[in-house]
Formats: sequence, structure tokens, C-alpha cells
Amino acid sequence: MLIGLLNIDWGVITIMLPLAGGIACVLWPAMSKPAGLISVTGVVLAIAGLGWRIMENGTYRHAVGGWGAPLGIDLFADGLSLVMLIMTALVGLGISFYAKRFFSPCDAVRFWPIWLLLLAALNALFLSADIFNLYVALEMTGLAAVALTALTGRIDALGGAMRYLLATLLGSLAYLLGVVLLYHDAGSVDIATLAQRIEPNAAVWTALGLMSAGLALKTALFPLSFWLPPAHASAPAPVSALLSALVIKASFYILLRLWLELFGAFAEGVSMLLGLLGAAAILWGSLQALRQTRIKLLVAYSTVAQIGYLFLIYPLALVSNGMAASMAAYLAFSHALAKSAMFLAAGNLMQFGGHDRIADLDRAVQRLPLTVAAFALAGVSIMGLPPSSGFVGKWLLLDAAMSQGRWDLAVVMIIGGLLAAGYIFKVLGYAFTQAEVPHDARAVPAEMEWAALLLAIGAILLGFMAPQIFALIHPDLAVNASEAGTVWTA
Amino acid sequence: MDGMSGNAWLPLMVVASALLPGLIIFGLPEEKVRLRTVLNLTGAFAKIIFTGWMLWGVYHGYQYEIRVAFLPGLDLALRADSLSLLFIALSSVLWLLTTVYAIGYLEGSPHRSRFFGFFSLCVTSTSGVAMSGNLITFLVFYELLTLVTYPLVVHRGTEAARRAGQIYLTYTISGGALLLFGVIWLYSITGTLEFSPQGILYDLDTAYYPALIAIFALLIAGLGVKAALVPLHGWLPEAMVAPAPVSALLHAVAVVKAGAFGIARVVYDIYGIDFAAELGVTGPLAALAAITILYGSLRALAQDNLKRRLAFSTVSQVSYITLGVAIVGPLATIGGVVHLVHQGLMKITLFFCAGNLAETLGIHKVREMNGVGRRMPWTMAAFTLGAFGMIGVPPVAGFISKWYLGLGALESGENWVIPVLIGSSLLNAAYFLPVLHRAWFRDPPDSWPVTRDTVRDLGDKETAWALLLPPVITALLALFAGLLASAWFSPLEWVQLIAQRAFHHP
Repeated sequence: MLIGLLNIDWGVITIMLPLAGGIACVLWPAMSKPAGLISVTGVVLAIAGLGWRIMENGTYRHAVGGWGAPLGIDLFADGLSLVMLIMTALVGLGISFYAKRFFSPCDAVRFWPIWLLLLAALNALFLSADIFNLYVALEMTGLAAVALTALTGRIDALGGAMRYLLATLLGSLAYLLGVVLLYHDAGSVDIATLAQRIEPNAAVWTALGLMSAGLALKTALFPLSFWLPPAHASAPAPVSALLSALVIKASFYILLRLWLELFGAFAEGVSMLLGLLGAAAILWGSLQALRQTRIKLLVAYSTVAQIGYLFLIYPLALVSNGMAASMAAYLAFSHALAKSAMFLAAGNLMQFGGHDRIADLDRAVQRLPLTVAAFALAGVSIMGLPPSSGFVGKWLLLDAAMSQGRWDLAVVMIIGGLLAAGYIFKVLGYAFTQAEVPHDARAVPAEMEWAALLLAIGAILLGFMAPQIFALIHPDLAVNASEAGTVWTA
Repeated sequence: MDGMSGNAWLPLMVVASALLPGLIIFGLPEEKVRLRTVLNLTGAFAKIIFTGWMLWGVYHGYQYEIRVAFLPGLDLALRADSLSLLFIALSSVLWLLTTVYAIGYLEGSPHRSRFFGFFSLCVTSTSGVAMSGNLITFLVFYELLTLVTYPLVVHRGTEAARRAGQIYLTYTISGGALLLFGVIWLYSITGTLEFSPQGILYDLDTAYYPALIAIFALLIAGLGVKAALVPLHGWLPEAMVAPAPVSALLHAVAVVKAGAFGIARVVYDIYGIDFAAELGVTGPLAALAAITILYGSLRALAQDNLKRRLAFSTVSQVSYITLGVAIVGPLATIGGVVHLVHQGLMKITLFFCAGNLAETLGIHKVREMNGVGRRMPWTMAAFTLGAFGMIGVPPVAGFISKWYLGLGALESGENWVIPVLIGSSLLNAAYFLPVLHRAWFRDPPDSWPVTRDTVRDLGDKETAWALLLPPVITALLALFAGLLASAWFSPLEWVQLIAQRAFHHP
């Protein structure tokens, strides 16, 4: 019985289940809420099964329809994929419970099928082992995300969605050109095969440039982040949370994979460039966030800044210490939890006051304590203060920076933390005070408050789970607390 | 040398004794006054019991330690040694008294669940700071302390409170950033952050010395914000907008003490006092402390607002601890470290009394205090004891601190400290004696400035019991800490144990 469970192809289920759920939502619109929640919960269980299988049997590989690479489609999952899948499932679950109460019946009918399609696409993406499948999943992710942004049909949402659509199509196109070039050069789209075959020549360098630029555009790496604030700020709160927490991680993940397996060995200069852009993103995004007077735009610019930290991994960890995969997965997970909590909390504040002007929060701390607590806890992680996953992530980056003598990057990270504290506490300070003109407030359903709070608590608790996350990605690392401090030996 | 099995959990229990009640209290509805009070007091008493248990153990040579993997190469470690227990004992006694006081002070006011929740978290972080076994654990709790005190500072929710909160955070978070930078730099050189009796740096190559001096400056700057070293003290007088129990807590137990305690840890257990002296960093630190002592007293002279006067007095008095730490020698160490307790007892008395004057009679300014000794004799008697202690009048506790600091300075040949101590005592007298003179020897006005509607009707009682007992008890503790300084249970005796262990390595 147990062995039977172990051998189920959990990976296939994580893709097929939300697809089936999405189709069900289209066929029976009245059932979309239960169909959606059941699908998402099912995906969480399937990923638990997949994780169990990976821990028992090591890396997961499944040839769809029995045709293996290079002819057929392979599903593949290692520790890095697994952490990304867990992140998607847990954050997705929290946002789903929020969305259950957030959308009017009319919007809900449109939200659920698209969200389930997005979930299937994300899972497929994290389970792909070849660059063409990655393209297909990336394109699906992008289109579903654009559709979600435009969901309400309000004029500002449509404007944001249009910019977003252009950016995401351009990004995928550049990536696809890179795929073609690599296929032409090395005769395969399978990453493992490519890794053995490619040599740094003109075609590979061109592919590298195109793919990196396309993916950086989709991940909104500064200065290619122009599309993100309007899109993320104008979307409905659960959609903003999905976009900021999960969707940008998809393109980031592909870029990381390419770098880990294909380009990292010879493109050190480009790594340095990505790191510099990341540092610029931290400063620019944080300064912009500090200038905002509306919460959702503030949170969106904070995402621009936080993406910068993810890209510091390229100069700091990719070349040298072999921790790039685990650090990237950990940082992405941490940001996903904190940022989704923050957008959901912002959504609650908007529903509560009918606006998201920061100076007008009008004693939200007393009237909406769980939401403000969610915002505060998520904020602690975003500004990188202990005890939180944001602190651990920042410590890992700082440690890498100091041991490589990258003072410039260390100073940027410290300043980024200070700026983040500035914009987070700007919101929290006004949550304590009374507005000049008191407003009538609308009630916020308890589930929406708790969804935000639980995600934020997740961001804090993840701070105590770094050893476990790292062990998922590097099973060969032994972690023991000892007299002299923890020993992490390969 | 571990105790019996299960003892490793004691440090955790001390932290949990404040954490768990705090978390439950957050969820309590506002009107559950009795349950909240029971939870608060249970936690406070439990902490005292666990602390007493560990005091006994550490006195007999046991060590209590618990650790868990946190980061590559770093653990979260809680450890009770003699220095941490000094701080823990102080915080557990004062937590109990401040809780009683806060219950009386906030009676009937809104948002008490939030207040007591964060109050407990504040005590939790202080316990963590005290028992940190390494610098990373210290950093975690030190920053947590910043975060959980912020809602207490802005508790009243006024625009003034919000501004004070912003100033408080600007200072403390910037300080935290400097501290983080120093810690990570240190870690990149040493590969360990464990506190150890001789420090962790003495066998490093001399090529690292310039870096170590720079790191010392960063660490002290980061810690100096909370310890209110000049010029990093600006947040402290501003934070006076908070309710009186918060001021008492910030000034006597939690925030400023966390800073001073951190300086002691860095000097003794990271650098090692001998190595720090060899590096030449103790002299500038002592000078900075001396400047702060004099500057704080000078500024206190000019304040008419009673709480602000006390705040600048804190700036000055906390630096006695730093001064004692920075002078190399066992006697100065004793004087500095024992002041951790003495200043706590005396300053909390003064703040309790200031709170009583404000709550009962609406008195906020020194010039409103004429004849108040006749209306509130017990409160002003406690205040007088506290003030005499601050001045250093024997036999109150403050005298013992100053005596050992002076002896220590002479022993180490740092004769310049003596005029600083004398000057500071004169200044202390100059800003406290006029207050006492007004209170005891001037005639009371026809009516008290009772303006706030929170001031309650107490009949002919001096004030509510919950407000009166805590300052009277802390004043007596401050008196007996000095009077019975040579008894086996006095703070001084315990500090001599600490100094013995710091200066006589086996």
C-alpha cells in the first residue's frame, strides 16, 4: 500500500489536477469555488507525495507517455524544483482561501479557471527538464497572469495589463529565439544533454544574451521593471499577490537553471552585470517605495527592490561557493510568503477603508489588528530583521559578500534594509494614528485577515527552517548542532 | 560541565514564561481583565522561580545551555552564566513590579491586551538578550527588542507618539544595521561568534588588528544607540511620550540595559578585556562614556519636564556601566557591572514616582512639584531615596557603584576618572536636590494641576495601591542593595563572582 503510494507519478498529478479543475470551472461556473479549492488542496497533497518520493528515491524523472528524452517530454524534479513547488502550493493555498471571500460571484467565475491554469503552468514549469517545455510553460504562465491582471476590467487595470502583456510577450520571444539558437547549435533542447554539448561560441553567447534579457524583463529586473508597478498595483489584491509572489519567480527560476547547468561556467562577466543590476534595483526600488503615498504601489516597488536581492546571488554564490541553488530557493520562498501576505493585507486595508492612502489608515491597528499584524510580520521579513526568513536570506548574502570582499554589495544590502524599514514603518506608524477625517469602515471577512496573517507567520517561521530547506536541496549536507557551532559538511 | 538532564530547558523556560502569556494575551478580549492579570502575574512569578533555580545552579558551578542549528556554521544558543543571570534576575524582579504598576496605571484605559502582549514580548527579548550564548543569538533578540518596543512607544496613537516612534526607529534600526555590519564582518574573519571568557580574537594575526578596531567601532556604535552613548542618545528623551510603565521599562530594564549589556559582552566575551586593552580600544570607549556621563547631567539640569530630566539622567547614569567595562581591572568591572542592577532599581523608582505624580495630581513639570511631599509622602520618600542613590549618597546603592568605579580607576592608573565621577555627582546633586527641596520644603499650591480626565478620584488616599507599592519596594531594594552590599545575597557579591571568573582564568 505505502510502496504503491510512493510510486504514483505525483508530478503528473500536480499539472493535471489543476487543469481538470480549471475545465470543471468553465463547464460548471457555479461550482468554481469548490472546484478551485479542491484542486489547490489536491496539489498541496500531491506535492507532499512528490517530496516524499524525492526524499526516498532521489531525483524524480518521469517520461510522459513512455517516450524519454530527447524524443519525448520528461518531467524532472530535484530539490530545487521541489522547494519551488512547495512555495507555489503553500502560497497558492493561502491566496485561494483569501480569494474565496474576496471576489464577487461575477469576478469569481473568471478568476478560478485562470488561476488554476496558472497553477498548472507554474507546476509544469518547475517540473520541466528541457528548454522548450520551459518556454511553453512560461508562455502559459505569462498569458494567464496577464488575463488575471485585467480581470476586473477597470481602466487602470487594463492599462497595466496591456503594458504587462507587451513586456511578457517580448520577453518570451527573446527567450524562444535563444532556444532556437541553442537547438541549432547543439541539436537538443534537453538541459542535461545541452550541458554536455555546448561550448562558448558566438551562437551560444547570442542565445545567452537573448535568454537572459528576455527572462530579466519578465522577472522585472531593474531597469526592465517599468511594467511591474502599474500591473501589480492595479490588479485585485489576490492577483497582485500571485504575480509578485509566484509569477516573477517562474522566469527567475528558468534563468537560474540555465545559469546553474549551462552558462554559469563561462559567463562570469554577465554574472557580475546581473549583480550590479540587482544592486541598482535594491536602491532604486526601495527609494521609489519610500516615495509612494499608496500602499499597493509601495508594496509593488518593494517587489522591484526585493528582486534585486535575488540577482545578487549571481555574483556572490554562483561562481564560488556552490550554495546558489539553495540560497536562491530560500530567498524566493521567503519573498513569496512575505510579499503575498503584504499584498493580501493591503487588499484588506483597501476593502476596510475603501482606499489605500497611507496617511489615512485611521487606527487600523485597533480596528483591523490581524491585518496590521500580517503587514508588520511580513514587513519584518522584507526589511531583513530577525527573527525572520528575510533576515536569514540577507545574512547568507552578506556572509557571501564579506567573504569575497564584495563590500560594495554588502553596503547596498545594508542600505536596502534601512530603506525598507523606512517604507514599512511609514505604513505602520499611520496605522496607529487617527485620520483627520474619520471614515466609515467596511467589515473584512475573518478568512481574509487570517490568510494574510498565516502567510506572514510562515515568512517568520521559515527563518528557523534554513537547515531543513538547505538539506532538501543538498541532501549530502549533514546538519548537526554541536559545541563549536553547527557543522555543515559536504 | 552540564547539570542534570532537563536542566538545559531552564533557559528556554525563562524565555517561554514571558512569551507564552504574551501570545495568549494578544488574543484576549479587552474586558477580560482578571484573566489577563492572572496570566501576567503567573508568567512573572514563573520567571522568578526559574531564575532562582538557575542562580542556585550557576553559583554551584553548573552551566545551563540549549542550542539549535540556525545558519550555516551558526547556532541559536541560550546559555545562563553568571553575567546573564545578573541581568535576568534584575529583569524578572522588575518585570513583576512593573506589571503590577502597569495594571494599576492603565486601569480602564483602552487597548490593554495589545499593551500587555507587547510588554511581555519585550521581557521575552530582554531574557533572550541576557542569555544569548553567542553574538548571532544576541543580534536576533536585540533586534526583536527594537521591534516589540515600537508599539509600546506609539501606544497612545497620537501624532506626537507617531513622530516619537519614527525617531526611536530611525536611531535603533540604523544602530541595528551598524551592528549587523560589524557582526558579519567579524564573522568573516573569525568564523565563530561564540561568547567565550577570554574572547575569541586573541590568537588572530596582527594584520587583522586595523579591521578589528573598525569592527569594534561598528559594534559599539550599534550598541551605543540603545545604551544612549552621546551622540547616539537622541531617541531617548523623545521616547518619553510613552506611558510611564513603558518609560520605566525602557530606561531601567530593557532597552538601555540591552545596549550596555551588549557592550559588556563585546568587551569581555568577544574581544576579551586584555586583548581589547592591547588593541587600544578601551581608552576611547572610556572617554566616550565619561563625555556621556557629563553631557547627560548637564542637559538634565536644564529640563523642566520631570520625565525629560529623568531621561537625560538615564543617558548619564547608564554610561557608568560602560565606563566600568572600559576601565581595565577587576574593581572597575565590579563597579560598572553592579551598576547594571543599581541603576535599574533607582531609575525605575524615579519613573514610577513620576508616573504617580502625573496620574494622581497631573504634575508633569518640576516647577509644579512645590510641596508635593506633603500630599504624597510615600511616593516622594521613594523618589528621594532614588535621587540620593543617583547622587551617590551612602548607603544607597549608587554609592557602591561609584566607590568601586573610583577604586577601579585608581587601581588601573586612570586617575582622570576621579574628577569625572566627582563632577558628575555634583551635577546629579544640582539637578535632583532642587526637585527635592521643592517637594519637601515649599508650600503646596492651592490646587494641583489636575487637567487630564484620566486622573481618577482616590478620596484622601495618596494614590492607588498598585501604583504606590512598586516604587516603595524598588526604593527599599535600592537602599538595601547598598546597605547590605557585603551580604551573601547582594548584587555586589554576585558581581564579585563575575569579576573573579572574568579576570582569573583557570
